[in-house]
Amino acid sequence: MLKVTDIAGRLGLDIRVSGDLHTEARGCYISDLLSDVMANGKESDIWITLQTHPNIVAVAVIKGLSGIIITNGRSPEPDTVKKAEAENITILTTGRTTFETAGLLYTMFTAHGS
Amino acid sequence: MHITDSIEGCFQLMGGDFTNAGKASGELKSTLSKLGVSQDVIRRAAIAAFEAEMNVIIHAVAGTMHYSIGSEELKIILTDMGPGIEDIELAMREGYSTAPDWVREMGWGAGMGLPNIKKNSDNLKIDSMVGEGTTLEITLYIK
Repeated sequence: MLKVTDIAGRLGLDIRVSGDLHTEARGCYISDLLSDVMANGKESDIWITLQTHPNIVAVAVIKGLSGIIITNGRSPEPDTVKKAEAENITILTTGRTTFETAGLLYTMFTAHGS
Repeated sequence: MHITDSIEGCFQLMGGDFTNAGKASGELKSTLSKLGVSQDVIRRAAIAAFEAEMNVIIHAVAGTMHYSIGSEELKIILTDMGPGIEDIELAMREGYSTAPDWVREMGWGAGMGLPNIKKNSDNLKIDSMVGEGTTLEITLYIK
């Protein structure tokens, strides 16, 4: 279990919407297919994706995810930010690729023994 | 948990209204949480309801989501004015989708919607008429 705020700090992620940063991520799921996240993501996972439209917030709410990381220098759409603020969902962004972000996060999780 | 009278609610859904997608299922999820329904039922109901809600938004002109929560079961019924499903067996197959390209670019239309609904419900009934619309009856046993 890692706190979202610690993940953001260690990976140097930009906090675009600050939900509950002290919530704990149990693991991570990576997909750009929303129904795949619906099917295979686990509650409290942090989610890495390239998608930036408002539906990512709905997926995070329905699945009870701990946050969303948008990679490759992409930005959440304005409506996505508005929705995330209303729903208290954390959105983080990074210029790194999904591969690099995943690698760093994987190291963090394994070092943490989870 | 003990629910004596059945609790019901209804939401209007607009085709193409991606901005409000998830609102109905989100509200259903919080209603179930407030009632103290088990986490497993809440989790499965939220997934099934959201996928069904997305199907209406992606494919139909408009529709409704109606739910009733009783002491034994939760029923979620989605009725839409949409194109209807030509071949239900094919539509249930993972990976099969009729969604347009721009919807796929959003990460929907992977052909996982109906299979996800089936997996997360205890019973799923689909009634569809091509050119008229589709009705989904999703049942989850509570307890």
